[in-house]
Amino acid sequence: MELPLLHLALVGTPNSGKTSLFNALTGSRQKVANYPGVTVERKEGFFVTPLGRQVSVVDLPGTYSLRGRSPDEEITRDFVLGKATGEIVPDLVLCVADSTNLRLTIRLLLELKRTGRPMILVLNMFDIASRRGITVDVVRLAKELGVPVVTSIAVRKGGTADLLALTDEISAKLATEPQENSWRALSVSELRSTQREADRIIADCVSLPARPDTWTARIDAVVLHPVGGLIVLALILFFMFQAVFAWAQPLMDLLKSGFDALGEFVHATLPEGLFQSFLQDGAISGVGSVIVFLPQIIIIFLFILLLEDFGYMARAAFLMDRIMGGAGLHGRAFIPLLSSFACAIPGIMATRVIDNKRDRLTTILISPLMTCSARIPVYTLIISAFIPAKDVWGFINLQGLVMFGLYAAGIASALAVSFVIKFFMIRDYAPAPFMLELPDYKMPRLKSIVIGIYTRAKMFLVRAGTTIFSMMVLIWFLASFPQPPAGATEPAIDFSLAAMIGKALAPLLAPVGFNWQIAVALIPGMAAREVAVAALGTVYAIEGGKEAAEQIGQVLATKWSLATALSMLAWYIFAPQCASTLAVIRRETGSWAWMGVTFTYMLVLAYAASFVTYNVALALGAG
Amino acid sequence: MTDTTDTRSHMPLGLAQRGYTGVIQHLAAKQAGSALSDVELESRLIELGFVEGARVEVLHEGLVGRDPIAVRVDSITIAVRRREAMAIIVA
Repeated sequence: MELPLLHLALVGTPNSGKTSLFNALTGSRQKVANYPGVTVERKEGFFVTPLGRQVSVVDLPGTYSLRGRSPDEEITRDFVLGKATGEIVPDLVLCVADSTNLRLTIRLLLELKRTGRPMILVLNMFDIASRRGITVDVVRLAKELGVPVVTSIAVRKGGTADLLALTDEISAKLATEPQENSWRALSVSELRSTQREADRIIADCVSLPARPDTWTARIDAVVLHPVGGLIVLALILFFMFQAVFAWAQPLMDLLKSGFDALGEFVHATLPEGLFQSFLQDGAISGVGSVIVFLPQIIIIFLFILLLEDFGYMARAAFLMDRIMGGAGLHGRAFIPLLSSFACAIPGIMATRVIDNKRDRLTTILISPLMTCSARIPVYTLIISAFIPAKDVWGFINLQGLVMFGLYAAGIASALAVSFVIKFFMIRDYAPAPFMLELPDYKMPRLKSIVIGIYTRAKMFLVRAGTTIFSMMVLIWFLASFPQPPAGATEPAIDFSLAAMIGKALAPLLAPVGFNWQIAVALIPGMAAREVAVAALGTVYAIEGGKEAAEQIGQVLATKWSLATALSMLAWYIFAPQCASTLAVIRRETGSWAWMGVTFTYMLVLAYAASFVTYNVALALGAG
Repeated sequence: MTDTTDTRSHMPLGLAQRGYTGVIQHLAAKQAGSALSDVELESRLIELGFVEGARVEVLHEGLVGRDPIAVRVDSITIAVRRREAMAIIVA
C-alpha cells in the first residue's frame, strides 16, 4: 500500500535561508498561491525522499516568534498549531536556522517545541559557518534541545542529503498518538527566560570565533555611510532604471511585433468578420499589449531578487527610513514604489515585504501614482504634438522639462496622498517602528533567482492575463457592437456601444475639456493605459494605430486646443483607469472596497487636476 | 538588576553615538515613547536579541537626525530607530 503524502512545514526567522532550502528541496515543483482570505503568499512544493516517500512542503513566512504580530506571522502560527483554515496539520516541522546566527532561531525552536509537533532543527548554511570558524557540537545540541539536528548546505548539490535521510528515518516512526500542545503566547518574562535558555545551550554547544564577517563590515562601511550610502543607492537606482527602460526595449519590441505578426496572420488567414476581429483586435492585441510588459517585469524582479538575496534591501530600507518617514511612509515601502515606475503591478506585489498592515496599505494605494511606463506613450504623443521643442534658459529642452514635470507631479501627489492617509488613519493605527535585521551579505545563487523570477512571471501571466483577457473581450464587444449599417462611411466605432458611452460621458468630461472621442479612448485605456493612444487613432479613423503616432499627433494638433492637451496630460498623471492594477489591488488587499477607494480617489484627483489645468489654460488664452 | 560595580553610568542606547560599545543592563520600554505598547516593544526587542548582558555596538547612523541606527547585538546587526532604542539601557 502506498504511504500517504507526508506534510512538512518550513519555519524559521527571516534571513535563515529557508527559501533557498525550499528551492533546493523542491526545485521547480512549486505552487504559489494565497492563503484563503488573506493575501499572504503560500508556497508549497513537492519532492520524493530517497526511500520513495512523496512529500509536500510548505514554506511558511519567516517569524521570530509564534506571537503572530503580522498577517504573515499569524499564518505561520496557525499553520504549525494546525488551526489554519483549510490546511492539513504538518506531520513534521523543519525549523531552519542560519548556522552563523543561531541565537534567535534556538529561541524560536524552544517556543516551537511547546506545540508538541515532531520537529527537526536544520542547521542551514553550514559551510559558511565552518568557513568562519564556527563549530557546532551537533550531537550535544540535539540532546540539549531534545530535537533531532541535521546540517545542510541548501545551495550545494547534495547538500540536503542528510536532511532527506533523516526525514525518511523520522517519518517511518512518526507517532500516531495525539500530540500534546502546551503552547500559549509567551509573557515578557517567559520570552526573556527562553532567550537565556537558548543562550546557555548555544554557549554549551557552539564555539564562536572572535571575528565577525569582515566582508559585511567592509561593504557596510561604504553602503551604510550616511552620505556615501545614499550616493550608492542612487547609482543602483539609476542603473536599474536604465536596465528597465533600455534593456527591456528590444525584447518588448520583439514581443510587440510578434503579437502584431500573429494578429496579421489571423487577419490574413481567417475570413473577414466578427470572429477575425475578435481574435485580432480583442484577444491578440489586447492580451499582447499587456504581455509586452513581461520583459520589464522580469528585469525589475531580477534586480529585486538579486538585491534581496545579496542582503541589500534591508540596507536600502535603513537609508530611506527617515527620508520617507516625513511623508508617513515606512522605509520598506521604498522598493515597491521604485518598482512602480516600471509598472504598478510588480510594485504592488512587492509590498509584501512590508509587515505592517497600515504601511502596506498606504504603499499599495499610492503605488499607481508613480509614473508607470505605460503612461510614457501617452505623454510622448501629446508632448510632441503640443509642446514646442524649444530651449528654455538656453539649455533645457522644454519637452523634456514637461516630461520631468509630469514625473515630479506624480511623486509629489503620491507623497501628499500618503500624508493625508497618515493624517486620517493615525488615530486608530499605531505607526510601525522600524526594527529590522541587517543580515550578513551573501552571494546570490543563480538557481534561487531563476526560480524566483519564473514563479513571479508565471503569476503575472496567469493572473493578470486572465483579468486582462476578460476585460479585453468586454472592450472589444463594446467597440464592435452594434455593427455599423451596410454602406456606412463613418468609422465602425461611431455606431458602437463604446461611442454611445463616450457620448454619454462627454457632458461629464466637458468641464475638463475632453470631447467624446477622448471619452471613448479612455475606455480601452482601462485595460492598459497606453492603449488609449491606439484608441484615439481608431476614433479619429487613422490607419496604422500606434505605429503612426506622429501622424496621430498631427491630427490631434488640429483637433484639440492646447488647453485640452494639457488637461489630458494632467489627467494621465493620475489616470485611474488601469484594470490590471485595480485587479492586483483587489487581490493584494483582499478587498473590493480598497480597490474602489483607489479608483475613486484617483478619479477625483484626475478630474480635479484636469479641471484646474483646463480652466487655468483657458484663462491664459490657450483655448 | 542594576549593576553597582559598573563604573560607567547607565544611558539609553537611543542617545549613543556611532562607535559606542556597551552591555545591555535592562530594558525600560516605558521610557521609549514608542507607538507600541510597553509589552509589545519589550517583546520585540527581546525577539531581536536585545536581552540583558548582550554586547552592543553602534555601527552606523542614518543621515537625517542620525537616525535610525544599526546596532551590532552580539552576533547580529539590527537596524532600529532611536525612539525605540531609548528603551534599551546600556552601560
